[in-house]
Amino acid sequence: MSFLSESRSGLTRSFEVSIARPSDYVALLKPRVMSLVVFTAFTGILIAPTHMNPVLGIASLLAIAIGAGASGALNMWYDADIDALMRRTEKRPIPSGRMRREDALGFGLVLSVLSVMTLGIVANWLAAALLGFTIFFYVAIYTMWLKRATPQNIVIGGAAGALPPVVGYAAATGEVSLASIALFAIIFVWTPPHFWALALVKAEEYGRAGVPMLPNVKGAGRTRRDILLYTLLLAPLGLLPWLMGFASLAYGIIAAALGAAMLMFAVRVCYNRTGPQAGRCAMQLFGFSILYLFLLFAEIAGERALVILTSNLAW
Amino acid sequence: MKTDSEMQGLVLTPEQQKARRQRNVAIALAIGCFVLLFYIVTIAKLGPGVLDRPL
Repeated sequence: MSFLSESRSGLTRSFEVSIARPSDYVALLKPRVMSLVVFTAFTGILIAPTHMNPVLGIASLLAIAIGAGASGALNMWYDADIDALMRRTEKRPIPSGRMRREDALGFGLVLSVLSVMTLGIVANWLAAALLGFTIFFYVAIYTMWLKRATPQNIVIGGAAGALPPVVGYAAATGEVSLASIALFAIIFVWTPPHFWALALVKAEEYGRAGVPMLPNVKGAGRTRRDILLYTLLLAPLGLLPWLMGFASLAYGIIAAALGAAMLMFAVRVCYNRTGPQAGRCAMQLFGFSILYLFLLFAEIAGERALVILTSNLAW
Repeated sequence: MKTDSEMQGLVLTPEQQKARRQRNVAIALAIGCFVLLFYIVTIAKLGPGVLDRPL
């Protein structure tokens, strides 16, 4: 946390202590990503056939959230050099000079171990192992390897972001089921169109930082085509919870409508290739993709919460 | 002869002091919450059995 250094005059030695505030450590956890992880993991817990003790459920969610935050901190530790080159990330604690990289590394490692151990003790060791694997995949496979190596970085790396419902389901049941894998598949296929829409707009920044995003490597045309292809795959995948019987027909109708809307936004991205309209369409798809995933999972979670509440009241 | 700052040893700036105090409070709160979490989880896992043990 602290280190000695010579003062400017060279006559006195000043004791340099970090000026990082608790808010900087909170920023390391990537709270917005954390909230998405908590939400999808919560849905994973709710679709479980067995009802989890609410206290243990909340404690498990907390452990999963801290695990997600830990991987965010480790991501910021490793990516501090490229974060400094992009406007979107230059104000993060390390590139802005408020925190040293080693502090973020220590913070991330401690939280990783704590979160995995806590989930193992609170829920079970399968869930803990899955959480540990998620952290490892996000940090070692995505951040340290794929992100700087291939334009398919977020396609494969998306698995880390898609795992929380599987972790949540495993925390509740001690198993991995097809239902939780269906939720994994939805997030996994949702990830590329979501991030590529942003990458189309931020291509210049990614290029400056040397991150090989698809628009920089294969061009905007190929990216628009791939966005459409993944969205074509996503729309029917969104129906899986209804087709597999763990969500109602109402969910199926909502998922179909949202899938059609997502497809419409993707088509607009595909056909508006130049001028300010191109960027606007890409950002609209980016924004709608967040709403899409939120509404799908909120519908499933809402339905399941209602079932659990009514069964408890009937009892 | 030593200057005042050398006599005082290593002096923190007000900003460093404030940040360190805030971090210390945050660490204390986090540890407190962690202990409370494990206490509550223990009660939830064991239920009434927490009091039911051989002497």
